[in-house]
Amino acid sequence: MEEKLLEIKNLEVHYITETADMKVVNGINLSLEHGETLGLVGETGAGKTTTALSILNLLPSRVGKIKGGQVLLEGKDLLKEDKEEIRQVRGERISMIFQDPMSSLNPVMRVGDQIAENLELHNREKRSKEDIENRVCEMLELVGIPSSRRNEYPHQFSGGMKQRVGIAMALACSPQLLIADEPTTALDVTIQSQVLTLMEDLKKKMGTSILLITHDLGVVAEICDSVAIMYAGELVERGSIYDIFEGKHHHPYTKGLFGSIPDLTAKRSRLTPIDGLMPDPADLPAGCKFHPRCKSCMEKCKIGAVPVYKNGSHKIQCHLMEKEEKDGWKIC
Amino acid sequence: MNKRKNKQLENLASRPQSGFREVWHRLKKNKPAMAGLIIIMIFILAAVFANQISDYEKDVIEQHISRRLLPPSTKHLFGTDGFGRDIFARVIFGARTSLFIAFSTTIVSCIAGGILGSLSAYYRKLDNIIMRIIDTIMCLPPMLFSLSIVAALGPGVRNLVIAVSVTMTPYFTRVVRASVLTIVDSDFVEAARSQGAGDFRIIAKHIIPNSLGPIIVQATMSVSFMIMLAASLSFIGLGVQPPTPEWGAMLSEGREFMRYSWNVVAFPGLAIVLSSLSLNLLGDGLRDALDPKLKD
Amino acid sequence: MENLLEVRDLCKYFKTPRGKLHAVDHVDFAIKKGETLGVVGESGCGKSTLGRTLIRLTDADSGEIVFDGKDIMKLSGREMKKMRTQLQIIFQDPYASLDPRMNVLDLICEPMIIHKMLKNDTRRREHALELMDKVGLARRLASAYPHELDGGRRQRIGVARALALNPQFIVCDEPVSALDVSIQAQILNLLMDLQDDMGLTYLFITHDLSVVRHISDNIMVMYLGQCVELAPSDEIFDNPLHPYTKALLSAIPKADLSRRGDDRKIIRGEVSDPIEPKPGCRFSGRCAKCASQCLGKDIPLKEETPGHFVACTLYEQEEI
Repeated sequence: MEEKLLEIKNLEVHYITETADMKVVNGINLSLEHGETLGLVGETGAGKTTTALSILNLLPSRVGKIKGGQVLLEGKDLLKEDKEEIRQVRGERISMIFQDPMSSLNPVMRVGDQIAENLELHNREKRSKEDIENRVCEMLELVGIPSSRRNEYPHQFSGGMKQRVGIAMALACSPQLLIADEPTTALDVTIQSQVLTLMEDLKKKMGTSILLITHDLGVVAEICDSVAIMYAGELVERGSIYDIFEGKHHHPYTKGLFGSIPDLTAKRSRLTPIDGLMPDPADLPAGCKFHPRCKSCMEKCKIGAVPVYKNGSHKIQCHLMEKEEKDGWKIC
Repeated sequence: MNKRKNKQLENLASRPQSGFREVWHRLKKNKPAMAGLIIIMIFILAAVFANQISDYEKDVIEQHISRRLLPPSTKHLFGTDGFGRDIFARVIFGARTSLFIAFSTTIVSCIAGGILGSLSAYYRKLDNIIMRIIDTIMCLPPMLFSLSIVAALGPGVRNLVIAVSVTMTPYFTRVVRASVLTIVDSDFVEAARSQGAGDFRIIAKHIIPNSLGPIIVQATMSVSFMIMLAASLSFIGLGVQPPTPEWGAMLSEGREFMRYSWNVVAFPGLAIVLSSLSLNLLGDGLRDALDPKLKD
Repeated sequence: MENLLEVRDLCKYFKTPRGKLHAVDHVDFAIKKGETLGVVGESGCGKSTLGRTLIRLTDADSGEIVFDGKDIMKLSGREMKKMRTQLQIIFQDPYASLDPRMNVLDLICEPMIIHKMLKNDTRRREHALELMDKVGLARRLASAYPHELDGGRRQRIGVARALALNPQFIVCDEPVSALDVSIQAQILNLLMDLQDDMGLTYLFITHDLSVVRHISDNIMVMYLGQCVELAPSDEIFDNPLHPYTKALLSAIPKADLSRRGDDRKIIRGEVSDPIEPKPGCRFSGRCAKCASQCLGKDIPLKEETPGHFVACTLYEQEEI
């Protein structure tokens, strides 16, 4: 069996401040194959960004503490690596692009130099200056920016182009995994279209796996192969793109998310949002974290751990699945 | 989303309390700042209750040549000076003088600077005029500037206050202007305008209360600076006139006795240092407590 | 139904070192009482500036804004202040649009105090509490401060505040863009309920076409300060005419698998410079169907089918 590229096992992350202990990620299990694009979906406060930062050990050092679990990159646990080894991984085997293209670029450095910096930091093949220069031009062309612009500064580019530069930087060393944290949220929808197409092309050309963090189910539908839905630090549903968009059964939260999306085809009807708000990570409800907002809440949802039910590639963490045994749902 | 999420986490973490309590809670944790607060409170209490602690006429003004330059003892805690006056009593009453000057000049500069700074930031046309005048004044070293004003007006407490206030107003103007500028384009100011609020209401109710942080810090630091400025001016004889006790003047008088009566300059000097230092520490602590985001 | 608002030939320019920035360029439209006009476009199209000029937060350079029969551009300061009770705005950023030093009740009462509405504080507070009920804010939150509440609740405060003076017309400047999807839905529903309940008229500004369909009767598509298409909602979605509108619609990712694997029709290039634009269609640089008649002179808005206006040379020939 082919080894998975990335496996996250039982990851638990807390943010500990003077006044509260916030359980931001509560035991999630996730895996990613080579060349797969996984969409990690959830709303603000679900814990998606924290999960991404934990993979590369980039949590804010004063408050972010990884309390347990493993993050296996091709079998090796990244959480146990020392500083030097993690630095080797960052940028070379796993890269990250962020939501705000403005903040990930150094305003006083030319864009070409910033891409080159990444290459210089991971210069295992001992590339010469000329080689690095060529690679920088190559990357810029790859993302659709004329290489003649490599001596310009970030403020001379528009938002969409800055994000492309960010992508060029992230992919310069041909990483195996690209973590994209809401890469198109801050961009106009037509530019978003361009950037998503670019990411797809690059994925095909370079075989990179992508962990795409987003709240936009539309984006997920277009470029992801599989989806994981996160709520209050837990994965409530997981499956292939077809399981999630065309499957018969879903977690109540997932149904709520789909119901909240304004539909281009319907008109002037009321949307069906989910009542209430995501729980405070310092004060999580017992049992199923979604139960206070769930219309199908039962007594057993309020206490104890919720089992994960599996049907092929589709996994749902909900007591309601107990009734669907005839459709192939079994406890994992 | 990152910004929102971080903000949400920040909000949840700081456990809601009204503005003032939140600030106090944070300040309490800063040990140097609390030390500063305690020390300056001691000085203030000493200044307020000076009459209860010593007798003004007997200890501070009357000269007793027979007991000049006595070292510290149980009768005279800090010893006596060249005129036989009790140094401890003089330091306590000196606190009254110094602190009065420092606080009153701070209040005057604060109000003047506040008005000028707000007008400057809110009305761009006035901005140029006001700021060029401010810039010109700030080119002159503060010490020299206040010196020249006192020299022109004559020595004495009232003129000292005028001179120091005029010297310090530009600093407040700048701080207030910068503070107001960051807020004047905010959405909530626009919201107030959209509801029909007039300029005065916007400045008084929305802008100033939200700019107080940096102003309070500047004020605290200023008091500290003014204590030293007043002491310096009195040291060269241009401030408070004898026999009124003032720390800087005491330093000046005590210079000739420094070599064999260390206590004559040590205690006034220590008073200057401690009072300024404590205000500096408090000011630093307030800056951190009022805007914790800066610290992180 | 009468037109509550009529805008004619509205222009707003900003002076920059490089020249005049055409933020809003000769825009015309009308909104009937009780209806919603959705204004859609991407960054730099001028929709926010348009919203602000309508309520005179910034003053337009030329044109007419006729509200309830009166041209508000011509009003004096005092008259305009009175008019403000009728024209309100809800801002995009629920974090920045509320004074952090005021609690919920103060924020909602503020407009009433400014206009000396209702005789005393007690009555004003009562009204504020009623408004809180109307927008779905629990009364116990009355003494809470904005930083203690989440985005959705803060935006509800913004809505309550806008309603405090009983306005007829509200500019909604991207009111849900900064909120999570499920909260967006709650606020959109609230806005629609209030419109039905109180007969409000909205100008709904957004960059999100899917959101605007739910709430708008008519939609105006803007590009670089100009209106390129104006039509009833259904028309825009079922029968888009302008190439930009078509591109915008096709760029929206759909939350289903129907278009997976299709070649996305993406528009090439970036938005052109809004400073001193050359005469002619401003979309020409990115339009697949650009032809020589698109350049050189400005393209006016023409009524292609009843109620459906478009500014594009593709439809000019079909004029009778």
